Amino acid sequence: MDKIIEVESLTKKFGELVAVDCVSFDVEKGEIFGFLGPNGAGKSTTINMLCTLLKPTSGGAILNGFDVLKEPHAVRRSIGLVFQDPSLDDRLTARENLEFHAMVYNLAPKDMWDRIAEVLRLVDLEDRQNDLVRNFSGGMKRRLEIARGLIHYPKVLFLDEPTLGLDPQTRNHIWQYVHDLKEREEITIFLTTHYMDEAENCGRIAIIDYGRIIALDTPDGLKRQVGGDIITIKTVDNERAAREIKERYGLEVSRDDGSLKFEIVRGEEFIPDLISGLSIEITSINWRKPTLEDVFLKLTGRAIREEDAGPVDRMRMYARTKGRR
Amino acid sequence: MENLRAIYTIWLRDVKRFWRDKPRMIGTVAQASLFLFVLGTGLGRGLAGAFAGGRDPFLAPGIDYVVFIYPGIIGMTILFTSLFSALSIIWDREFGFLKEVLVAPISRSAVAIGKALGGATVALFQGTIMLVFAPFVGVALTPGMVIKLWLFMFLIAFSFTSMGIVIAARMRTMEGFHMIMNFVALPMFFLSGAMFPLKGLPGWMECLVNMDPLTYGVDMLRYTVVGLNQYPLSRDLLVMVGFGLLMIVLAVFEFNRAD
Repeated sequence: MDKIIEVESLTKKFGELVAVDCVSFDVEKGEIFGFLGPNGAGKSTTINMLCTLLKPTSGGAILNGFDVLKEPHAVRRSIGLVFQDPSLDDRLTARENLEFHAMVYNLAPKDMWDRIAEVLRLVDLEDRQNDLVRNFSGGMKRRLEIARGLIHYPKVLFLDEPTLGLDPQTRNHIWQYVHDLKEREEITIFLTTHYMDEAENCGRIAIIDYGRIIALDTPDGLKRQVGGDIITIKTVDNERAAREIKERYGLEVSRDDGSLKFEIVRGEEFIPDLISGLSIEITSINWRKPTLEDVFLKLTGRAIREEDAGPVDRMRMYARTKGRR
Repeated sequence: MENLRAIYTIWLRDVKRFWRDKPRMIGTVAQASLFLFVLGTGLGRGLAGAFAGGRDPFLAPGIDYVVFIYPGIIGMTILFTSLFSALSIIWDREFGFLKEVLVAPISRSAVAIGKALGGATVALFQGTIMLVFAPFVGVALTPGMVIKLWLFMFLIAFSFTSMGIVIAARMRTMEGFHMIMNFVALPMFFLSGAMFPLKGLPGWMECLVNMDPLTYGVDMLRYTVVGLNQYPLSRDLLVMVGFGLLMIVLAVFEFNRAD
């Protein structure tokens, strides 16, 4: 497959802080590529460098055949951007925001109107196109931003935390639009998120932590790094049960919160064996497939949790839900 | 061509936003009328009494105080509107829209020039509203005067919008906005001779007056409207054009420097 983005030893330092630490990866044409990691991991910094908004300290990248350092204008024409923070003019109507974009990106005037109608249709905002953006909900603004990012037929659409601060239903909608988009336009999507469940929407995911890529694979591939399915049990005597499982089946058992947890391949087939084999009474049993959360935990020893959102993110969420002014 | 379109787009946005912001439009006119009619009338009475029969009239003989300050108030309106328009860049930065502009494949110079023309247009519009007051003040405007005034007002507006852009390009938050209004706009207005004749001033003040670009702006407006002038019109024009050019060059430079 062709590569649309090639990143080579990309590094960004802010004073002493190394925000992005010698990152190299490729993005293939037509895929949905995701950057997954906690806040402050370097996701946005990387995107900003790929978008020519930030100069790398060292290293470089080629996007759509153009060097991000030497040909910034050609790179900018090749990309559509949906920023982490809202960037619409809320004193203009939805349509006027799109017109502004189309004109600044120098779309041919005869195509402009058709294209604006087309992207409005894509995000279901046709009937609100003449409303001022300040009266839009957070989800509508996001959709409008996605539409705007698409007007100039970009080869790559960057979505920086596209669903941050939106309610779950709206988040699902946004994903619906992203998938629709993939069907209709020839486009590569590069997104960042710190929501594990959302990363599942990607074809491939790079897990990024402290400015480094610690894993890069398909969601299933990443999950295979966890040693199988995850079984959590509660028994009348966890001490003895843990010892027995370790002795009989040779499994690593971890204890948390009054329950025992272990990983095993084909867990569903193991459960009957476990119930008959264990001499201690089991009070509850839970079996599940590994999630990306488990992958992250395994790779870093930490969990990504939404509650960890810092004050800046809380402010952002607030800004997005309440409107800007 | 591409850049001209970008300039036009940025200009159009500012004009649209202004047109929708009726409270701002009305507020500016209200502020100007307050100065002109309340302060002007009140002070005018007092001054007329104080200088009645004096050897050294405060104003040129036969000129009403309200008529004297009328061009000054037009100058004030243009100064405040221009600076306010330029400082909207700080809003754009804080609310994210500036990013949309800066990541577009257009030259930064086009952004700065579009912004300067947008602010200038808006200020010219506010200045034109002020011309409607002429009959109430007792000034008769001829079409020739109006055309000259438009030219001068545009020149002043463009220069001060560019100055505002230079300031705004370095400001990151809205907190600085009021400071600029208080420490730049008000002194410029007071020192420009908009409210009083520039004669018999102490040396330090005369020095500041001469350094204030608005002095020359008000002078050319007053010369056109009332026929009074401090300096020859050629000097007013020279200073204003020079100041305007310097500021737009700096504004373009500042925008290209950003990140």
